[in-house]
Amino acid sequence: MGLDKLGHRTARLGRFRGRRERRWSGAGRLDERSRPSRSLLVALVLASLTLITLDYHGGDDSPVESARRGVGEVFGPVETGTATAIRPFTAVPDWFRSRGDLNDDVARLEAENSRLRSQAATADYDRNRLQEYDGLTAAADDLGYALVPARVVALGPAQSFSDAVTIDAGSRAGIRPDMTVINNDGLVGRVLRVTSTTATVLLVVDTDSVVGGRVGESMEVGFLHGRGVVGDAGRLDLELVDESEVPAKHDTVVTWGSEDGAPYVAGVPVGRVTSVYSSVRESTQRAVIDPYVDFGSLDLVGVVVPSGTHSDRAVIEADGSMR
Amino acid sequence: MSLMRGVVAALAVSLALVLQVTVFPHLAWQGIVPNLCLLVVVGAALTRGPQFAAVLGFLAGVALDLAPPADHVAGRWALALVVVGYLAGRVRQDVRPTAMAVVATVAASSFVGTSVFAISGLVLRDPALGVPDLLRVILVAVVWDVLLTPFVLPLVMRMFQALEPARTA
Repeated sequence: MGLDKLGHRTARLGRFRGRRERRWSGAGRLDERSRPSRSLLVALVLASLTLITLDYHGGDDSPVESARRGVGEVFGPVETGTATAIRPFTAVPDWFRSRGDLNDDVARLEAENSRLRSQAATADYDRNRLQEYDGLTAAADDLGYALVPARVVALGPAQSFSDAVTIDAGSRAGIRPDMTVINNDGLVGRVLRVTSTTATVLLVVDTDSVVGGRVGESMEVGFLHGRGVVGDAGRLDLELVDESEVPAKHDTVVTWGSEDGAPYVAGVPVGRVTSVYSSVRESTQRAVIDPYVDFGSLDLVGVVVPSGTHSDRAVIEADGSMR
Repeated sequence: MSLMRGVVAALAVSLALVLQVTVFPHLAWQGIVPNLCLLVVVGAALTRGPQFAAVLGFLAGVALDLAPPADHVAGRWALALVVVGYLAGRVRQDVRPTAMAVVATVAASSFVGTSVFAISGLVLRDPALGVPDLLRVILVAVVWDVLLTPFVLPLVMRMFQALEPARTA
């Protein structure tokens, strides 16, 4: 009891001192709670604004990038570990839906299905491409590329209004910024930045993402913009360069590709045209693309790397062999 | 004691951040997850007052801004959570807050926090999203945070109270 009281009084000591100071300064009874640390608040807000300014005007080589990388080096392995730890539990609903062997069958058929679908989806593109092949022999190497397999371990919250994910492969696996990321359905996105064990991938549905796209049927080129929605309603907008060309419904859109395959290699299926809007006033065609990839349930992805890349894990070579 | 408190608070924020990006996406609705970091900051504000909560909010925000897979302009969550910590701390009375008061504080904090983040984005033109889209995300986020309040806030508040034996509020 006595001890308790003592602690009580010690705690009050601070307040006594405060009162004495008030008497000395001659100020009236100020309510302590009505003015809590305004200067601290101002300091913190200014610190935040400084950070924003640094990062906003710094662009790609802002000092914040190195901080980002440092924090990523710490949090990346933790995120990978947590994702690995919870993976058995996220699979729990599947056990109730079907027996194990049925599950395997479904997985095998799904894999086969998406392989066939991507073959069918690029058939038009491949045919056209073959016709233009004479002038394109230099691009032959692009057809074969190696993949570094990786798993998605963390997704950014939609509250941050950017659609980026973390994958569990980094610079040690041979991954560099501006590499194409795909899965067996189609184009996922591109690598933004890497740490030694993880990489951040910007999804094509992000509002900042612009991908050069080509309509497989007509070989028309355009630009694909994300809408920032990841779920089933995730869509891309395609603006064609040639305004007179109207893409047909269900046409397949593949990547157009850039020099050296950075950030996007050519010929990766992106999605299917679902509807076309034409604006008479602006004389442009805008097509809405339904992406093949289900961004709500991303798991296994592959990062396109140059063939022969040194990696800390097995690399899938262009001919399908593992190395 | 205050060093201990700082370490525990930093660990709580880190845990919240990791759970938020790894576990909750499996339960997310259109990618919107409960903002656990914000809940920790509100819990700190309700037990420790605005000063501590604003500092913790700044640290939690910087972590949210920098930890992968974040890709927005850094400092935006820091700003939002400083404001949240300060405002939620002002709500604190010298009596123990009732359950309803806690839920109301969380709802208001979640709305203010995500809104500040969204508005900073509008100013910087970081997400090229329309206001209706932003509002939808903000409101769903409020619902998520309120749903998680009964599970997270008692834990966080008990933790911060246990680290504060001298205070006799």
